[in-house]
Amino acid sequence: MHELAVTESILNITTRFARQENATRVTDVYLVIGDLSSIIDDSVQFYWDFITKDTVCEKSLLHFRRIPARAKCNNCGHEFQLKELMPCPQCDSARFKIIEGEEFYVDSIKITKEETTHVQ
Amino acid sequence: MCNSHDHSHDHTHDHVSIVENIMSQNDQLAAHNRKLLDKAGVFGINIMASPGAGKTSVILKTIEALSDRYKIAVIEGDTAPVTIDADKIIAKGVPAVQINTGGNCHLDAHMTLHGMDELELDELDLLIIENVGNLVCPAGVALGTHANVVIASVPEGDDKPYKYPNIYRGIDVILLNKTDLMPYIDFKMDYFLQGLEMLNPGLESFALSAKSGEGIAAWTAWLEERIHEHQHRHHREHTHTH
Ligand SMILES: Nc1nc2c(ncn2[C@@H]2O[C@H](COP(=O)(O)OP(=O)(O)OP(=O)(O)O)[C@@H](O)[C@H]2O)c(=O)[nH]1
Ligand SMILES: [Mg+2]
Ligand SMILES: [Zn+2]
Ligand SMILES: [Zn+2]
Ligand SMILES: [Zn+2]
Repeated sequence: MHELAVTESILNITTRFARQENATRVTDVYLVIGDLSSIIDDSVQFYWDFITKDTVCEKSLLHFRRIPARAKCNNCGHEFQLKELMPCPQCDSARFKIIEGEEFYVDSIKITKEETTHVQ
Repeated sequence: MCNSHDHSHDHTHDHVSIVENIMSQNDQLAAHNRKLLDKAGVFGINIMASPGAGKTSVILKTIEALSDRYKIAVIEGDTAPVTIDADKIIAKGVPAVQINTGGNCHLDAHMTLHGMDELELDELDLLIIENVGNLVCPAGVALGTHANVVIASVPEGDDKPYKYPNIYRGIDVILLNKTDLMPYIDFKMDYFLQGLEMLNPGLESFALSAKSGEGIAAWTAWLEERIHEHQHRHHREHTHTH
């Protein structure tokens, strides 16, 4: 059920910005999701299609940009990808800082505006 | 359709930058909860763990250790409308509010606010929140508490930090419960602790048993220290004796 709550948050944020911009339609939503952030998967698109019915986001596409987890060793400064939890591959230190992979945000949207100019 | 007069339609396609965290609404509400707790001088903790790790058992022991000196209340998050855990707390003479998450896998800041609404915050020193039993979902869902606690337990195994890394990041203290079962289970403490060290360097940890009571005193001493710090920071009169 987690995905539904996440999808609702995405819709809230997107709708707020769409309204600010006087959008008539949102066509695309770009998400940036780090591998270490809350787990969300394909079911988000499923929920999205469902909850955007009759909203400005109806029929819009979700695009996911996944960011792999990366760490920087506190001991030797080596930067490495964290495929699984493991010490620094260069010096074996267990102290490192996560530098990428925690992203969890709505990056941008593509919208259509229909400006009608009335001429007398 | 506009048929009555001449007009032209302009369709513009814009790419609008947003860059807003998906949890922002929850985080704002969590900040609001935090302010309410601070104003009332209440120290709040959010206890997360897998089902059956011993959250309720540890809370009961904590109440036994501290309730003569501190006013405590508990918010119980459950996915089903059962009051089993809340009833155990109430039997100790401590107010408990049960929040039924309606199948949802974790508490969020909104549900927590509703729970807090039912309590007399001004009369409390410590608010304990038992999150829904789950090692995945509660991670990253802030409630507004001052300390986030994970309870791991020996029979779950020593590899949990490797398999569920997210829950151990950004927490303030970990309790390893059910140490009385250590003789029956191959639990490599070094392996467990190294996993934690990688995820959360210098994390405060206490090994304890809610069954035997071993190690409970060290944990409650730490908690008491934090309650004190918090009360000093928020200039609240001490109603207890040292
Ligand atoms: N041997 C042993 N058993 C324990 C200990 N702590 C809890 N238990 C037992 O573990 C079981 C689950 O304990 P609870 O305190 O209900 O666990 P919980 O995390 O609150 O469970 P849920 O709320 O259902 O997620 C119970 O049968 C407890 O008696 C302990 O330190 N040692
Ligand atoms: Mg419980
Ligand atoms: Zn969840
Ligand atoms: Zn290194
Ligand atoms: Zn509400």
